[in-house]
Amino acid sequence: MARITASVYTSHVPAIGAAMDHGKDHEPYWQKLFDGYEFSRQWLKDNTPDVIFLVYNDHANAFSLSMIPTFAIGTAPHYPIADEGWGPRPVPAVEGDSVFASHIAQSVIQDDFDLTIVNEMAVDHGLTVPLSLMCGKTDAWPCRVIPFAVNVVQYPVPSGRRCYELGKAIRRAVERYDEPLNVQIWGTGGMSHQLQGPRAGLINREWDNAFLDRLIADPAGQADMPHIEYVREAGSEGIELVMWLIARGAMADANGGPAPHVAHRFYHVPASNTAVGHLILENPS
Amino acid sequence: MALDKPYKDIPGTVIFDAEQSRMGYWLNQFCMSLMKAENRARFLADERAYLDEWEMTEDQKQAVLDRDLNRCVQLGGNIYFLAKIGATEGKSFQQMAGSMTGMSEEDYRDMMVSGGRPIEGNRYTHEWEKK
Repeated sequence: MARITASVYTSHVPAIGAAMDHGKDHEPYWQKLFDGYEFSRQWLKDNTPDVIFLVYNDHANAFSLSMIPTFAIGTAPHYPIADEGWGPRPVPAVEGDSVFASHIAQSVIQDDFDLTIVNEMAVDHGLTVPLSLMCGKTDAWPCRVIPFAVNVVQYPVPSGRRCYELGKAIRRAVERYDEPLNVQIWGTGGMSHQLQGPRAGLINREWDNAFLDRLIADPAGQADMPHIEYVREAGSEGIELVMWLIARGAMADANGGPAPHVAHRFYHVPASNTAVGHLILENPS
Repeated sequence: MALDKPYKDIPGTVIFDAEQSRMGYWLNQFCMSLMKAENRARFLADERAYLDEWEMTEDQKQAVLDRDLNRCVQLGGNIYFLAKIGATEGKSFQQMAGSMTGMSEEDYRDMMVSGGRPIEGNRYTHEWEKK
């Protein structure tokens, strides 16, 4: 049977990808950020999964306003890198796992979550920046990746509660798979940031850290937080944090098992307009 | 019965909901067209002519010509779509976000480096009205 061994949480700011792509990651502005991922890069080398189930959002690249799926699972064998307007990032294309992803789609839909199934899709910085942060510069990503895109662009986005319950359904789907795959689930986006209007540049360090505390210790409680608190306290784009609850809901303790081990925690302000948060939680083996 | 929209009292913020999205449909789809290099070149060569190919309102077209991103957002634009206009001109997300705050590019960058815009006094519209 396949197993979820760990979850990883990280912001996915596009400027982080640009800093790496243009060799600026050792400049003082960026060095402090990348220092926080040094542990994580070694950790991923030591704990390379077979598949990463990567929860992220598309930023008007694969999806325009012509179609706005709330939850979209990638079931393709591979995914090209999107040209977001600055040219595609010079990173490897992403290899998927169409057999496993199709299995998850079937299981999760039968568990009452209406996923959109996507067989052709370019992936944007929401997916590639977390990979770059965790893998560094590379000619090939270390494993297969199943992209799972959540609408957090057009309001209303799915509730925290629905995301958390979806995580549980994803865990059940993984455990229904016969092959003994080592699976990680990553939740990305956030933390506090606002990219629009006269309030742009909002950062709420205290709120972000309380979110991290609660995501670790009381995820079911965090799942009940209404949208309005995210947008008021963490900025209009801080709402991306609901995606972290999908990954958190897939952990053992959300499903009657033991609490996770906090392998790593990091917080830094700023990356461009955004507060960067990062966690690695391991399920006890 | 009206829908509950509690986010209307957040200052300096437009939440891109279904109503905004409907209003901004063609504005945002115009922005999407700038993901193609040939369209970026055509737009830059004659902005007005390119905008006239789209079913946008005159206000929306003028806001784009003026690069008034706050106005674009009020008229239904979403920042991830509007970012394609900035990308066409080689602008970063930080430059675009900063341009909506009334601050200079340098002041905005300095604010971010020193911890960002604080939350105190920035939660409710009534807090801004007092200023």
